[in-house]
Amino acid sequence: MTNTAISDAEVGQSQARLIFRRFVTNKTAMVSFVLLIAIFGFSISAIGLGPIPGWWHYNFYAPMPTANEGRPTLSIIPEWLGGSGISLGDHPFGQTRIGVDYFAATMRGVQNSFVVIVLLAGVATVLGTVVGAIAGYYRGWVDAVLMRITDVFIVIPTIVVGAVVGRMTGGLGVSFLAIALGLVAWMGIARLVRAEFLSLREREFVEAARVAGASDARIIFKHILPNAMGVVIVAASLIAAAAILLETALSYLGYGIHAPERSLGLLVSENQSAFSTRPWLFWYPAFFTVAPALLINFIGDGLRDAFDPRQKRFSIRRTKELPETTEQRS
Amino acid sequence: MLSFIVRRILASILTLVVASFIMYILTAYSGDPLMDLRGSNAPNAQLLIGQRIERLNLDVPPPLRFFGWLAGAAGCLTPFTPCDLGTDLNYTAVTQLLPNAAAATVRLVSAATILAIIFGIITGIVSALRQYSAFDLGMTFVSFLLYSLPSFLAAVLLKEFVAIDFNNWISSGDSSIGFIPTLVVALIVGAIMQALVAGSARNRVIAFAISAGATFGLLYFLDAIDWFQNPGLGWGGMLLLIVGIVVGVTAVLAGFGNRRALLGAVIAGVLAYAAFFALQGLFAISTIWTIGILGLATLAVCFVIGWVIGGPDRGQVIRVTMLVGFLSGLLVVADRYLQSWPAYLASPRINNRPIATVGEQTVGLSGDMWLMGLDTFTHFLLPTISLTLISFAGYTRYARAGLLEVMNQDYIRTARAKGLSERVVITRHAFRNMLIPITTIVAADIGVLLGGALITERVFAISGMGALFNISLNRVDVNPVMGYFIVIAITAILFNFLADLSYALLDPRVRVK
Repeated sequence: MTNTAISDAEVGQSQARLIFRRFVTNKTAMVSFVLLIAIFGFSISAIGLGPIPGWWHYNFYAPMPTANEGRPTLSIIPEWLGGSGISLGDHPFGQTRIGVDYFAATMRGVQNSFVVIVLLAGVATVLGTVVGAIAGYYRGWVDAVLMRITDVFIVIPTIVVGAVVGRMTGGLGVSFLAIALGLVAWMGIARLVRAEFLSLREREFVEAARVAGASDARIIFKHILPNAMGVVIVAASLIAAAAILLETALSYLGYGIHAPERSLGLLVSENQSAFSTRPWLFWYPAFFTVAPALLINFIGDGLRDAFDPRQKRFSIRRTKELPETTEQRS
Repeated sequence: MLSFIVRRILASILTLVVASFIMYILTAYSGDPLMDLRGSNAPNAQLLIGQRIERLNLDVPPPLRFFGWLAGAAGCLTPFTPCDLGTDLNYTAVTQLLPNAAAATVRLVSAATILAIIFGIITGIVSALRQYSAFDLGMTFVSFLLYSLPSFLAAVLLKEFVAIDFNNWISSGDSSIGFIPTLVVALIVGAIMQALVAGSARNRVIAFAISAGATFGLLYFLDAIDWFQNPGLGWGGMLLLIVGIVVGVTAVLAGFGNRRALLGAVIAGVLAYAAFFALQGLFAISTIWTIGILGLATLAVCFVIGWVIGGPDRGQVIRVTMLVGFLSGLLVVADRYLQSWPAYLASPRINNRPIATVGEQTVGLSGDMWLMGLDTFTHFLLPTISLTLISFAGYTRYARAGLLEVMNQDYIRTARAKGLSERVVITRHAFRNMLIPITTIVAADIGVLLGGALITERVFAISGMGALFNISLNRVDVNPVMGYFIVIAITAILFNFLADLSYALLDPRVRVK
């Protein structure tokens, strides 16, 4: 670790490049990142985006005659291992009770998860960062007022206010729901950013900028915020993982995405009673809910590693390379 | 201190009022409270609509209606004014609905919190002490998985696999586990134990062999005597377990060098063993209060024993005796519950399918306290587990990080330099300091757990507060939603407040101003 740090310094790379290199060399995080992009890319290309049709020939709402009790036709065991070869078949994930193609439905759910992640995490991150930055930078009564507002929102558990907000906006479509949920999920980031700003605003480079005549907005966005970016990005990744869980949970309870639109939580909720007869109706949405959340958590861990290498995180790679460097050493 | 408390209370009340306002407005505008009547084709639908509008003041815009509700709710805070949280759409007072619903939720959430704290902290400590061992890496992965597992998925899986498979197994009448499952369980236990021991390859192999062998032998023995159909500890099992508790607690808390602590623990253990035989008659006619009084008596007796034996380190001896007394007492009570198990299984309402997947009690089942206790246990087992999983992962991580950070401090080095044993360093120097940050996290987590109960109660059809919220929100029934909200918000605020106070008590460096 020390050796690489010195060699990096010799070449004179920027902080951003150092962080980027640390992230890219983290195998777990990079593999997770590629897999995550692959899952979402696959779902979008399968179902299509908006008016652009995808390559999959069925849609996620039209009932069809069920073949073979709606069993999944996906086969992944190659023939030389005694399986029936790698093929998608007609309905890879099977069909629902009324015959809707489950592959299309699941992919639509994955796509909606993606929309929710981007919009919810985006709205919450921007809002939380702005509130935290203003509160931490101006301190005094502005800070007091903004933090009291944050306290008010923290008192309400996210899933409770999410349920109410979802009840209001769920029928309007996925994007509305995601944005509305983002408006009630920004408190954690605001507190983190505020704490970061409170300490950064006392540093010399801020003083220097102020002496040079920089405006408040310029100091906040050009001088302090880039230094607080680590906190923001890591927190945003955690919100993104939580966003999947929040949306699926709300849809499961019936407050999130409504039929005929598809959500993974909704699919689980609709088919839960058929678990013993048609387990695949449970397993596919369950897998596609857990997998992205898990991958995002791994990415978040990698980001935290990259931004703050002093905090040693859990990584098999590091223990093997440097067995003597443990957290015991300060 | 006093001014800090007063200011905190005032700020909390203000926060609560504003949060209630937001909740009220959002709920009131989330739909149409007359929807069910508008769709109804009863001849008097129009009349009912008028009646509902009049009695619930639906003609008043929500922002104004809120202040009417607030005036009634404010009455709940002062002792001599009537407490009025409004009525639901069927004109039942919310103050009547809440206590019943709250009982189930409180039971669920408090059990889950306690379990998550105990298991989370223990796992975290072991992970930290065996940093980068296979156990640590495994737990890291498990906690990541739990972070990413929506609680409804966990609940559905528990319901479909644990409950139904266990019931099938019990009701099949063939109580034997079979050779292969016994072997698999033994190998898993052995693998976990060898990962915990870490150290040299030889030690690990020995640990693996001993623990796997012991597990296999135990399961085989239990199987042979049909234990799973007629569970119970008996005099032999009880003796063995109490000796285990005495040895374990003394070893961890005081060390065998401390003869006084060992003596206290042995006396407490002997008394508990005697109580096991003496109390069986009393247990037959016990109520929940008897057990509570017995529990307090146990703790008091153990306290006195510890006090008398005392010596230079009296506090430690008292802690050891009290913990031994408490754990052994739990065993005695648990054994009495196990004795009722065959009767519970055979009961026609249960019909050999003990683990329930819906509701909070078996309809029509009646019996003594032990039978009903088992019934509650089987109903709350799975919901509690699924709720525990939400917090467990987080506590493990925090306990691990906390202990690792504490172990880095200078005072730990000082303690080691003084020649203290590693056990004393960990239990007396590191453990306590590790608990400080966890207090805050546990308190902040109560709100999350109460929210999580929303989903758990839905999956397991428990009519707690979450169910009340669900039903009411679907009908746009504002008053019960607000009743629910006020209870969980006050709980969350209260716990945060307690956390701040305990923080100040635990950590002398923190000065409240």
